[in-house]
Amino acid sequence: MNPTRIAIIDDEQPARARMRELLGDCASEFPHVIAGEAANGFDGLQLVSEGGTDLALVDIHMPGMSGIEFARHALVLERPPVVIFVTAHDQYAVQAFEVNAVDYLLKPVRAARLLAALKKSGGAQLPREVLERIDPNPRHYFSVAERGRVTLVPVAEVLFLKAELKYVTVRTRAREFLLEESLSQLEGEFADVFVRIHRNCLVARKLIRSVERGSSEEGEAGWSVLLEGWEEKLPVSRRQWPSLKELLKA
Amino acid sequence: MVNALAALVALSRSQSFDGFGDRLATIASSLEPVLLAAVVVLYGLAPVLARLAYGRALGVIFLTVLVCTAAAYPLQTLFESVPDRQGLAWNLGYAAAATAFLAWYFHLRARAFSPALAEARLQALQARIRPHFLFNSLNAVLSLIRSDPKRAEAAIEDLAELFRTVMSDNRRLTLLRDEVSLCRQYLNLEQLRLGERLQVEWRLDPAVEPALVPPMLLQPLVENAIYHGIEPGVAPGVVQIEAGREGDRLRLRLSNPYHPEHQHRQGNRMALANIRERLQLHFDVEARLDTRVAGSRYEIDILMPCRLAA
Repeated sequence: MNPTRIAIIDDEQPARARMRELLGDCASEFPHVIAGEAANGFDGLQLVSEGGTDLALVDIHMPGMSGIEFARHALVLERPPVVIFVTAHDQYAVQAFEVNAVDYLLKPVRAARLLAALKKSGGAQLPREVLERIDPNPRHYFSVAERGRVTLVPVAEVLFLKAELKYVTVRTRAREFLLEESLSQLEGEFADVFVRIHRNCLVARKLIRSVERGSSEEGEAGWSVLLEGWEEKLPVSRRQWPSLKELLKA
Repeated sequence: MVNALAALVALSRSQSFDGFGDRLATIASSLEPVLLAAVVVLYGLAPVLARLAYGRALGVIFLTVLVCTAAAYPLQTLFESVPDRQGLAWNLGYAAAATAFLAWYFHLRARAFSPALAEARLQALQARIRPHFLFNSLNAVLSLIRSDPKRAEAAIEDLAELFRTVMSDNRRLTLLRDEVSLCRQYLNLEQLRLGERLQVEWRLDPAVEPALVPPMLLQPLVENAIYHGIEPGVAPGVVQIEAGREGDRLRLRLSNPYHPEHQHRQGNRMALANIRERLQLHFDVEARLDTRVAGSRYEIDILMPCRLAA
């Protein structure tokens, strides 16, 4: 059996150094090689995108992107690493791990405890649903796999989300891409960011410039939304019109 | 101030008190001028009273009340048929008794409530260090033990000293100089785990080093600055700490990078409320703590009386 390739992702250098030492202590019982280290979730995604990472030891409390969000984005990869979370003190996360029967390590970590976690991890990734339950906070980014890498798109840059047959199209000013998620699930996660204007469409609340009367292609309610910096008019359905009107008044 | 206030209320209450004691001699209309005069005089004297020692102030209040009573006596005689010396003596007696009773009552009340309450509140407000910091620091120290035992030793010494201060009785004022050196030890530990991400700029006026401040005033604020300002940032950030004099006041100012997306964290407001209350218990209305977001930075400003240690 090939040795497990392990990545260490933690924003504190001494914490990474300590983890290396501990892994060294476990080496005889758990053969492995260190695939690399990263100081935040962005570099971490870069690292695991390069392939050859079987397992990642990930700190939860990191700048820019939490360890849990990192794990969610890593899942878009063809061969995502197995993630073991590490935290110094995060009551909410610890509670969520317990509730969802997800293993985790508390800093300072004991070598014996690390070894047990490594042996138990057994090559199974945590599914997205579990990660969502652990951290119900909305993500800061959407992620897509492109040429074997994770591309991140800040949620704040998204103009609107449109449901297609099996996918959701995410539109920013610069580009569009597909997500394999459901619109209603996205609506729930980003209730503060997007508002539903149509059965198949969520738009960024902050970017609504105006609402116009006029025949749009579907022309249902006779109203459509204009977004900041976007030409296309987005039709409002009869059903969503009253709640949208309330929102615009507020 | 309290004495004057006590006397004012005392007089207003003495109305019913006297009425109870002697219906025959005193009616409300004759008492009113005494009350009014004493209230006006005491109100005018309040600034003077506030500066006097308790015993002297009490003497002044008694004197005022008695003079007012005596002065009002001729008025009372207009309504009564038999004016005599004895009536005046009785009135003076009543007034003195009423004042004494109320002074005693307020003295008791003040002793029973405020200092003990303040003590208890100060104890409850004892500053705390985040477990997040403790466990991360211990982990950082562990990382040094094999590679750099000397630095590990220094770090554990800093940690011990920090916790000695946190766990000690923190109700008495302490020197700003000591508070600053405590912060430096704390910052050493944070520097250990955050490395170049944490940059600190001190601007200390040496003249305020012997100023007296509530203990653990600065450290929780610096801890907050790191937790909310440095840790959420991928890029390095600067924490600025300033202390200087402004007239007869001491000004402390802290600033750190502002990360709006991290403001949902509860800890900040709790720590600030804690420090506000401790400032109030030590300095009452003479101290204030303001916070604001100035551009990309979060600032905390504290103004308090600059009391230098002898």
